[in-house]
Amino acid sequence: MAALINVPARAKRGDVIEIRTLTSHIMETGFRHTADGKLVPRDIITSFTCRYNGAEVFRADLFPAIAANPYLSFFTVAKESGKFEFEWIGDNGYSSTASASIIVE
Amino acid sequence: MPTTRRQFLSLAGSVTAAGTVPIITLRPLEATPAMLTTAIRNVVGEAQIRTGKVKLDIPPLVENGNTVPMTVSVASPMTANDYVKSIYVFNEKNPQPNIGNFHLGPAAGRAQVSTRIRLADTQKVVAIARLSDDTFWQVAADVVVTLAACTEEMN
Repeated sequence: MAALINVPARAKRGDVIEIRTLTSHIMETGFRHTADGKLVPRDIITSFTCRYNGAEVFRADLFPAIAANPYLSFFTVAKESGKFEFEWIGDNGYSSTASASIIVE
Repeated sequence: MPTTRRQFLSLAGSVTAAGTVPIITLRPLEATPAMLTTAIRNVVGEAQIRTGKVKLDIPPLVENGNTVPMTVSVASPMTANDYVKSIYVFNEKNPQPNIGNFHLGPAAGRAQVSTRIRLADTQKVVAIARLSDDTFWQVAADVVVTLAACTEEMN
């Protein structure tokens, strides 16, 4: 699925950098009904993880109260050049990944 | 003619009241403050929760509860010995009391998380931070919602 990732391309060693991610997902709450009264089953992303060169730097447990197309912004310290890997896991076996690289000087 | 504060407030009040009446009839499964307390106790256990350190940026009045921007930040040096372990966000009146749990560590550099949330009603939002010494700090914010989210009918 489509994901928008915003990681600075370059940073100085020790800088605190902001990472912003947006992924497309309906985040169906499981509390809504159709016009004829049927409950719409829940379909949400339950977990988001960000790894920096393999080490987890941020993780989130998400609930139906997170808006559709989950947006997350968080911070990390630029330690070394390398790769950020992002993973979203959700209901009905949903899984999606993305990555971004950074050069640290 | 410029709108006076009194006119604005009475207008805002009537809009809110009009929005609330059908909500009460349509939504029997809203979370209660008791559910909020239980959800918080599930995370915190018996530990004492102190007020302070945590800052919750959320608009006090939102038109559309389907997407409400929210930023939680915690006053912490974020060093190896003194950092924020987790930030938990709860609500009072959505069908479910949890909003999100965010796990950080000393590598975060800054204890701040932003996301967009859903609010089903005018209610209180609570953010709780767990620090590295396992103390808990909280802040609460009241949000007035004119268009509710979560349980509306699908078209």
